[in-house]
Amino acid sequence: MEGEVPNTYWRMVSHHFKKKKLAVLGLWITALLIFAAIFADLLANDKPIVFLSQGKIYFPVFSGAEKVGPFVWKDLRKSAPIIFQHVAGKQNATAIWPLVKYSPTEYNLLEYLSPPDGKHWFGTDDSGRDVLSRMIYGARVSLSVGFIAVGIAMIIGVLLGALAGYFGGWSDIVISRAIEIMLTIPTFFLIIAIIAFLPPSIYNIMVVIGLTGWTGFARFVRAEFLKLKQLDFITALRALGASDRRIIFLHMLPNAMAPVLVSAVFGIAGAILTESSLSFLGFGVPPPTPSWGDILSQSRDYIEFAWWLTIFPGFAIFISITAYNLVGEGLRDAMDPKLFR
Amino acid sequence: MKTYLLKRLLQIIPTLLGITFITFVIIQLAPGNPAMLKIQMGKGGAELGEKTASEAIINQTKQLYGLDKPLPVQYFLWLKRIFTLNFGFSYKDHRNVWDKISERLPITIQLNLISIFLVYLIALPFGVYSSTHPGTLPDKILTVGFFFLYSLPSFWVAMLLIMLFGGGDFWDIFPVFGISSIGSESMGPMAWLLDRSWHLVLPVVCLTYGGLAYLSRLTRASMLEVIREDYVRTARAKGLSERVVIFKHAFRNALLPLVTLFAFLLPSMFGGSVIIESIFSVPGMGQLGFEAVLSRDYPVIMAITAISALLTLAGLLISDILYAALDPRIKLE
Repeated sequence: MEGEVPNTYWRMVSHHFKKKKLAVLGLWITALLIFAAIFADLLANDKPIVFLSQGKIYFPVFSGAEKVGPFVWKDLRKSAPIIFQHVAGKQNATAIWPLVKYSPTEYNLLEYLSPPDGKHWFGTDDSGRDVLSRMIYGARVSLSVGFIAVGIAMIIGVLLGALAGYFGGWSDIVISRAIEIMLTIPTFFLIIAIIAFLPPSIYNIMVVIGLTGWTGFARFVRAEFLKLKQLDFITALRALGASDRRIIFLHMLPNAMAPVLVSAVFGIAGAILTESSLSFLGFGVPPPTPSWGDILSQSRDYIEFAWWLTIFPGFAIFISITAYNLVGEGLRDAMDPKLFR
Repeated sequence: MKTYLLKRLLQIIPTLLGITFITFVIIQLAPGNPAMLKIQMGKGGAELGEKTASEAIINQTKQLYGLDKPLPVQYFLWLKRIFTLNFGFSYKDHRNVWDKISERLPITIQLNLISIFLVYLIALPFGVYSSTHPGTLPDKILTVGFFFLYSLPSFWVAMLLIMLFGGGDFWDIFPVFGISSIGSESMGPMAWLLDRSWHLVLPVVCLTYGGLAYLSRLTRASMLEVIREDYVRTARAKGLSERVVIFKHAFRNALLPLVTLFAFLLPSMFGGSVIIESIFSVPGMGQLGFEAVLSRDYPVIMAITAISALLTLAGLLISDILYAALDPRIKLE
């Protein structure tokens, strides 16, 4: 392995990234969280994933349950961790259940605030909703806010940074002042204030976090462009008559992507933290959509005994922020040309 | 240096205008103008028959807050108010905004001074130790430990601390509500101080650990860079003791990048932490801001935003000037 010399930039980066055990662990955790967010319906649901009856396959059951039979799935559900279940009273009928047999919004007032047990692995909240199921769906909120907010911030920041760095002059002066203005305004307070004024919606949260988070991208891209502009290949491109747009997007931007990627990964961690803070303060996604910060905020009323409402969602926030930070740091170190020997 | 100073000061003007403009736009964009809101809050739901009465109140309020004037005039009024620190009256209780702020400011400054002091007191030695023992087991433990500490969301830590020490199923050691016990006014000075310190322990822990982890990592990185420099090698070659090399030659230069952090000391001392202050019911600026947002008290919101922004700007300016003054290598454009 040591004798191998990676020959392209990205292979070199991946080679150096893989040497960092914690960064690789972080990457696995982010993959796991993304998996949970995408396949939340298959991981936690109050209806089976697949139902086999008389040679017919119903898949996925949770999207069209009424057609299958005259029974209510919730009554058939066994609390034991059974995935394959023979449905009584039906010949050759088998249901394949998800790991968590509760939907995130299914409340049961008889089982409110019950501590973790074989039935509800992470306990229930004050409406008797399954905490684990809510957390699996909460990953959706966190990750989608993280990715989309950072996407918005990245587009704004890269464009402005490229304009400032490439053209210089007035565009640079104006954009640099705009960056300084954004830097001075107390961002989190501004986000709370704006979110409180707007109608509650997950899209508003994404947009506001995105609109306030672009300065880092703009600064990095501007700095990279200032350096790249001096290089011979850009002069050569100009001499060949390439348009500004062509030079910026086809030749300079790909060369400035390394710091953009790193700050995007750190940005996702930051956006997840901001979203969960907003939810914790009660400005998050509107109910009944589950989010980690929201479960944690519920725990404030039952802090004396309901430890499961504090520990689990908080740990989910912590572990996802840590995972993205680990990946970001690993990437930054792996991309640092000074470390390539 | 003089031209740099002048240029830097001139740069402030557009930024200043930008800050005031953005805060102004936000207050204009906010749905439900203050006059309407006042009706809603005052009357619950105004009956149709009371329409004329409501209109009178709307007009009165508009006049009071200058909302009946055209937008450019309103903007200049807003500018004038910022520079005279006259932020008008709270929509909520009609008290002078500045009075409300000066009531809350001391406790936030108190909390943050303690926390900043602790951050520097703990982080610098750890950072220096890590950098002078790179790759050793304690360094690895510190580095990884601070990394995780840095990623811990403060509201979760606050909840965990309340759960563990706040008198639930576990221990009952620290108070989790407010900054003094009931009847603390009649205590002697020592008892009062003890009572206050006891109340501040948990909030201070929550405010400190993140900055501590960050600063320690920053110190380590900065020291590692400096230790590689030629002048440190020269100092060693001269036969200076390791102590002198590290603290006199390396550490002082490693402190330079930390100067940038000063920029954010002022605004954090002013604004406080919305989350931590509201969790522990600390009657400081963070809580004031949170309450203002909840009750849409625009004058208070705008005052906090504008003052924070101005303080950050001042901080940026100070750190830039300090940096230029401390590091002669910096080429001033």
